[in-house]
Amino acid sequence: MTKQHANWSPYDNNGGTCVAIAGSDYCVIAADTRMSTGYSILSRDYSKIHKLADKAVLSSSGFQADVKALQKVLKSRHLIYQHQHNKQMSCPAMAQLLSNTLYFKRFFPYYAFNVLGGLDEEGKGCVFTYDAVGSYERVGYGAQGSGSTLIMPFLDNQLKSPSPLLLPKQDSNTPLSEAEAVDLVKTVFASATERDIYTGDKLEIMILKADGIKTELMDLRKD
Amino acid sequence: MFRNQYDTDVTTWSPTGRLFQVEYAMEAVKQGSAAIGLRSRSHVVLACVNKAQSELSSHQRKIFKVDDHIGVAIAGLTADGRVLSRYMRSESINHSFTYESPLPVGRLVVHLADKAQVCTQRSWKRPYGVGLLVGGLDESGAHLYYNCPSGNYFEYQAFAIGSRSQAAKTYLERRFESFGDSSREDLIKDAILAVRETLQGETLKSSLCTVAILGVDEPFHFLDQEAIQKVIDTFEKVPEEEEGEDEAEAGAAQPAEQGGAGAGDVAPMEM
Repeated sequence: MTKQHANWSPYDNNGGTCVAIAGSDYCVIAADTRMSTGYSILSRDYSKIHKLADKAVLSSSGFQADVKALQKVLKSRHLIYQHQHNKQMSCPAMAQLLSNTLYFKRFFPYYAFNVLGGLDEEGKGCVFTYDAVGSYERVGYGAQGSGSTLIMPFLDNQLKSPSPLLLPKQDSNTPLSEAEAVDLVKTVFASATERDIYTGDKLEIMILKADGIKTELMDLRKD
Repeated sequence: MFRNQYDTDVTTWSPTGRLFQVEYAMEAVKQGSAAIGLRSRSHVVLACVNKAQSELSSHQRKIFKVDDHIGVAIAGLTADGRVLSRYMRSESINHSFTYESPLPVGRLVVHLADKAQVCTQRSWKRPYGVGLLVGGLDESGAHLYYNCPSGNYFEYQAFAIGSRSQAAKTYLERRFESFGDSSREDLIKDAILAVRETLQGETLKSSLCTVAILGVDEPFHFLDQEAIQKVIDTFEKVPEEEEGEDEAEAGAAQPAEQGGAGAGDVAPMEM
């Protein structure tokens, strides 16, 4: 007698890839704009990047309904924080909040694979990478989503960020300039688009610096 | 003298149909330092007098941001006011979360009023000892409401609460008919002038008052001291002229200003 399995799942995977790279005084967060289900495309123009605070930007792939719900919760919590502290949340604070929010639903998780990018309290770029239930780590660069397995090894090759667990403590930020980092992001996405069917259409790049956020859009292969 | 017999409990009526505990709560509002609100068609200005306990301490915060489109000024027990502001913020955030749109001001004041009413009908509670001037902007325009400890609320064109607020109310009564079409700058000037009235003789300085504004295309924010001082400088420089103007106006204006500000005098508990 084999165990009966559910013929309905509360989750779906809408595909897509998210990448973030931390620099000395900037952070690049990028994601493709394709939203799919199964082998079909739902939208070629769906943004997976969401600004949570002045210095913290979240990019998530996975089940976009859960991602949207997660963004709403974080937005409300940020408003409460601003009322209580009279200032915006810092990126490390938002990172911890995101982790707690994810773990809160440990037994019915948000199907969201997150990369949080921003500037830390010292003005340096920071990237935090998460799993679905809130385990997180500060890194120099990160990739999540359907194309992450194609992108991550290449980023390791190019950026080779030392482990934050090594002593003496080394900066995990890349010494690359902003222009070089943006170029690298465009290259990895173009490559990932070639082999990952769920990645493509357009690439949205957000560059976070102390004076503000710039957004760039680049076309990717649409097949 | 007979008041003392029926005033122990908020749930005890007096033979003349009054709830004395609620009326005493309204007295607490009158003891607090003044808070003023006025509105035009597109903006709402809230202003209050900063009174510090002593020179050593900082002054109490009496104006709170509830959301980008709603602010509140309080008078009375500021601790109660702080707690109610937190409640208002929470209601606003919950509404935004559920409906992805800003909370209409009229809904918020009803929630507040219902919350206040509960405290007038429970033997283990006491009424909130704070009056709230809620100013906000929504689809139906700019609004200013006053919430009492009794659980009543009224909409106003302009209003003042707290100690020596009658002086400000008199000033506002003379001018309120023009507020609807006032420019943003004139509205701020009127608010500060109303604050000056409550100071009764004391020189008006920017450190003595706090002003906040919200309006169409302008989220709620406080005016900084320099901006307030600039407005004060426009009329404090020629105090003689200003007083002469006001007197002429008072003479010319009709005494039939029973409209918005008048409704406040008919508030049930105010005897």
